[in-house]
Amino acid sequence: MERTRRNILKLFGITALGVSAKPVLNAFAKEQGHPAEPQIRKGEKALKAKQWAMVIDTRQFHSAHDLDPIIEACHHAHNVPAFENKNHEIKWIWDEKYHHAFPNKTTKFLNESVEHRPFLVLCNHCENPPCCRACPTKATFKRESDGIVLMDFHRCIGCRFCMAACPYGSRSFNFRDPRPGIAEQNDQFPTRMKGVVEKCNFCAERLAVGELPYCVKASNGAIKVGDLYDPDSEVRQLLKENYTIRRKQALGTEPSVYYIV
Amino acid sequence: MNDKKWIIAGIVVFLAIFAFPFWYNMGKAAPAPEVKLTEKAKAAKQCVMPTEYMRAEHMQLLDVWRHNVVRNAEREFVNTEGKTFNMSLSNTCMDCHANKADFCDKCHDYASVDPYCWDCHLDRSKENE
Repeated sequence: MERTRRNILKLFGITALGVSAKPVLNAFAKEQGHPAEPQIRKGEKALKAKQWAMVIDTRQFHSAHDLDPIIEACHHAHNVPAFENKNHEIKWIWDEKYHHAFPNKTTKFLNESVEHRPFLVLCNHCENPPCCRACPTKATFKRESDGIVLMDFHRCIGCRFCMAACPYGSRSFNFRDPRPGIAEQNDQFPTRMKGVVEKCNFCAERLAVGELPYCVKASNGAIKVGDLYDPDSEVRQLLKENYTIRRKQALGTEPSVYYIV
Repeated sequence: MNDKKWIIAGIVVFLAIFAFPFWYNMGKAAPAPEVKLTEKAKAAKQCVMPTEYMRAEHMQLLDVWRHNVVRNAEREFVNTEGKTFNMSLSNTCMDCHANKADFCDKCHDYASVDPYCWDCHLDRSKENE
């Protein structure tokens, strides 16, 4: 073919036509009923919040005995083992004295009812969690969608930096295989293995199916959870109407568990 | 070049020893395992994805499930046929395949892989025994 301006322009024209036909053909091919890709999504009933928070009305607890059903409900459902040796102890939620839970809020002659009252302590699901910064593998992370501080046990290498970083002692390490310590296994929930750290997960598995955490359910209304950043939520109403304290607030971790005293 | 016969004999002996595992085990290869399905799995006809896909890619599928459940709180899987499943190894997979020894272990043993799923996730087939 002679290299004339006319022929080169023709060639350009045909090329442009070919290039533009490809997406059109693709679009037609798609409409031919290709199987859709499988989808992954949240359940319809899943509870949502910007930052989950918990308010514990400690006035409703009088002795450690009152806390037992709550602790038992949580520990049974999450396959938390019970070992006699204190060094092997695993705790998700437990009972603490006032001056241990709030060491920088004690006075010399503390109100007696407060001093003898049992305090439920658990992971505070901090808004600024030091454990997540310490974790070298990002096994523990703050979930963007609802602010829960979670553990990915698959990824935990058992370095225990998070335990050193947590100012609340909310984390426990599996020094031994936990399975022999579990009296009655809940087969809906996994156990852990030797060599990983574990802690409260704010019942993420229950929120996903639209139910409230086990501790809330077992507390007869003494524990409430809700969205900290929804001004109309139940927890915000309680915070508005009651004087509440948080654990070691001065450290700047912004705990999401509030105590009415 | 008088050592020719010794060299050849040496090479033959070397090859025989080198190839020992091959000819010793010839014809003794273990047959590929046949997995057994539970009645429930048979009745369902198809797993969450087609059988061929599951056979080859179940570990990738489980990895995606794990990531989305743990990190993104996404627990529902809708397959290409529009059926919805709860993304859970113990509660969905092992509910149907409640025969770990005859289903999971058979192939894993044959392929000499040792997944540590059941260090934490409960094998619910034990309670059926």
